[in-house]
Amino acid sequence: MRRLLPAATVLAGLTLAVAACGGGGGAPASPAPSAADPTKITGEVTWWDTTRPDSEGPAFQALIKEFETAYPGIKVKYVNVPSDQAQNQFQTAAQAGSGAPDVIRSEVAWTSQFASLGYLQPLDGTRAVDKPDDFLPGPLSSTKYNGKTYAVPQVTDTLALIYNKRLLKEAGHEEPPKTVAELKQTALDVKAKTGAAGLALNVDSYFLLPFMYGEGGDLLDVQNKKIVVDSPANVKAMQTVADLISSGAAPKPATTDSYANAMTALKDGKAAMIYNGPWALSEIYQGKEFKDKQNLGIAPVPAGSVKAAAPTGGWNLAIYAGSRNIPAAYEFVRFMTTQKAQADIAKKISLLPTRASAYSDPAVQGNRDVAVFQPIMDTAVPRPWIPEGGQLFQPLLEGYQDLVGGKSPPADMLKKVSDQYHGIMKDWS
Amino acid sequence: MTVSTGNATAARQEPRGRRRERPGRLRRSFGAHWYAWAMVAPVLAVMLVLIGWPLARGVYLSLTDATEANIGRTIGVNVIPSTYEFVGLDNYLQILTSAVFWDKLLWTVIWTVVCVAAHYGIGLALAVMLNRRMRLRSLYRVLLILPWAVPAFVAAFIWRYLYNSDYGVINGMLKLAGLAPVGWLDDPTTAKAAVIAVNVWIGVPFMMVALLGGLQSIPSELYEAAEVDGAGPWQRFRAITLPGLRRVSSTVILLGTIWTFNMFPIIFLVTRGGPGSETEILVTYAFREAFTGVRNYSGSAAWGVIILLMLVVLAVGYRRTLRAQGDPW
Repeated sequence: MRRLLPAATVLAGLTLAVAACGGGGGAPASPAPSAADPTKITGEVTWWDTTRPDSEGPAFQALIKEFETAYPGIKVKYVNVPSDQAQNQFQTAAQAGSGAPDVIRSEVAWTSQFASLGYLQPLDGTRAVDKPDDFLPGPLSSTKYNGKTYAVPQVTDTLALIYNKRLLKEAGHEEPPKTVAELKQTALDVKAKTGAAGLALNVDSYFLLPFMYGEGGDLLDVQNKKIVVDSPANVKAMQTVADLISSGAAPKPATTDSYANAMTALKDGKAAMIYNGPWALSEIYQGKEFKDKQNLGIAPVPAGSVKAAAPTGGWNLAIYAGSRNIPAAYEFVRFMTTQKAQADIAKKISLLPTRASAYSDPAVQGNRDVAVFQPIMDTAVPRPWIPEGGQLFQPLLEGYQDLVGGKSPPADMLKKVSDQYHGIMKDWS
Repeated sequence: MTVSTGNATAARQEPRGRRRERPGRLRRSFGAHWYAWAMVAPVLAVMLVLIGWPLARGVYLSLTDATEANIGRTIGVNVIPSTYEFVGLDNYLQILTSAVFWDKLLWTVIWTVVCVAAHYGIGLALAVMLNRRMRLRSLYRVLLILPWAVPAFVAAFIWRYLYNSDYGVINGMLKLAGLAPVGWLDDPTTAKAAVIAVNVWIGVPFMMVALLGGLQSIPSELYEAAEVDGAGPWQRFRAITLPGLRRVSSTVILLGTIWTFNMFPIIFLVTRGGPGSETEILVTYAFREAFTGVRNYSGSAAWGVIILLMLVVLAVGYRRTLRAQGDPW
């Protein structure tokens, strides 16, 4: 009998929790939690955070403290999972039905994949989604799958050209380059006049996209279900990248740990420019070159022959469908995506809010990093949010590595990537 | 252990001449040794559950088109029906007719042969050296065993840092010596050499310890007698040491081969299979099938079964040759 007691308590707790949920589980028509005071909900919410634990994590942990004060019945278990492992670990745990967190910080490209596999709780009409009209359309589009909402946008981002003003000035450039041709010239000047490297490339698929968009290319043509990664525009883009390396404007990048190497080079003043997003800023400011924050320049990515455009990235908060604390998770997601929470994060660590209203918050307007990124966001290109979206990067990464290693010329490399895409999306042309 | 040996010898002795009188050897053995069977039963049951069931399930999956998307499950409000089907040997055909399989197989074989040869050669040399009387012998032994004590993933990360093209120690030393730095993990050839070096570093201590044990079991009288007969060091090594180590050697080489063939963490953590997928061996490739994107359960199960079959064939063949040759050294 004694053994049965804890089980009975859990059962009772669950029943209570379900009752408090007020039918929020499946009925999109009834946003009716009015029966109970949401701050009386009890439970424990495990959150897998994917931010950098040292530079970004503390800001979110401070936010969690606020949440726990506002909702004394809910305890948040904070787990930091590295962003390159979270997708895999979540899939394993969700599929096995044990060990999955209640809430996951899901990358925009993962969300539709998780949703298509049935791992995410539909959120339409629940307490989790507050004032959906306030969210920016790009990030909001990444939370939908088959017409249903499966996540709430937490932060958004895109790529920009991040540069060391001092080095550019020493090379005779007051202004950051606006086109890829100028980028090459600026980088060569930096190399000739200061000895530092011009542009540090990061060998990763995501960082190829600005070059592709710049020439009018893309990975997929979703409307016509067509794979267009080997288009002439993309070939031209890859030639541009190869030329940056062979001309010496960008030193031949390492393909292993290239993100860390590029960041270190920028932070130490060994390279003048990199492509990166707002998530990297708090880490960059820790570097010795940027003790004086004014030395850091942020500009839109240089334009190709067609336009200047970078991909829309960002992170959503999604709830595991098998969570035992769904009502508590709704409140947590709601709290973490309020205008106030987003403004707070933007102010502290310059991550970009997904709510239009957050940008008018005085604290956010005073943040110059956000002010620089905001117009860049307006030209950012949302990627196709399809379940396969998360699988498109590995083939492209391998292709990029081959390109850097001089193993395959641009056209061959893209052909190989295209072949692999056809293997992933068998019914696409 | 003792029970099953007793059982085996009993079974061998009994049928002598009495086979025709009483049929049902198995039943008779069961009647006489029911207690032994009863004691073995729990172990058998556990083995069946822990090894037999996953194996059977894996083989079954490899004959279907199951993926993460079409295996049925219910998670909270989401109900996904099971829609995978039996497809026979389709997965195997696809793998065996793909160029990537033969590429990976070739590299896996090279990787295994080079690594095991280096493990054994270096391990034997060190063992012979450490087997002599010298000062600080135990200190050397401890130092040489150290790589083995370091968890593979820690070692992999240390090496990855050593190899870093811009900030690594190896290139730092090259620069100090006035040489151009090398992108160790960025070029297929150097990346392959690099992962082999890491694996050799990790695998040598085990070989060394095992062979040292073997060396110490060779009676020193043999060496003394040989010396009296006027045999030189090389002759003593060939005529006494190698034959004396035969049992140990054959076992550790087989073990080393299987371990190296399946050495997942080194490749995965040092290069992630890159550049491109050049350093990917069969098991890391199977892992990628199984654990990236929408997991392809059936495909990776087929890869697993193929890898298992290759190793079983290898092990059986190896044992047979050893037995047939009597003295392979």
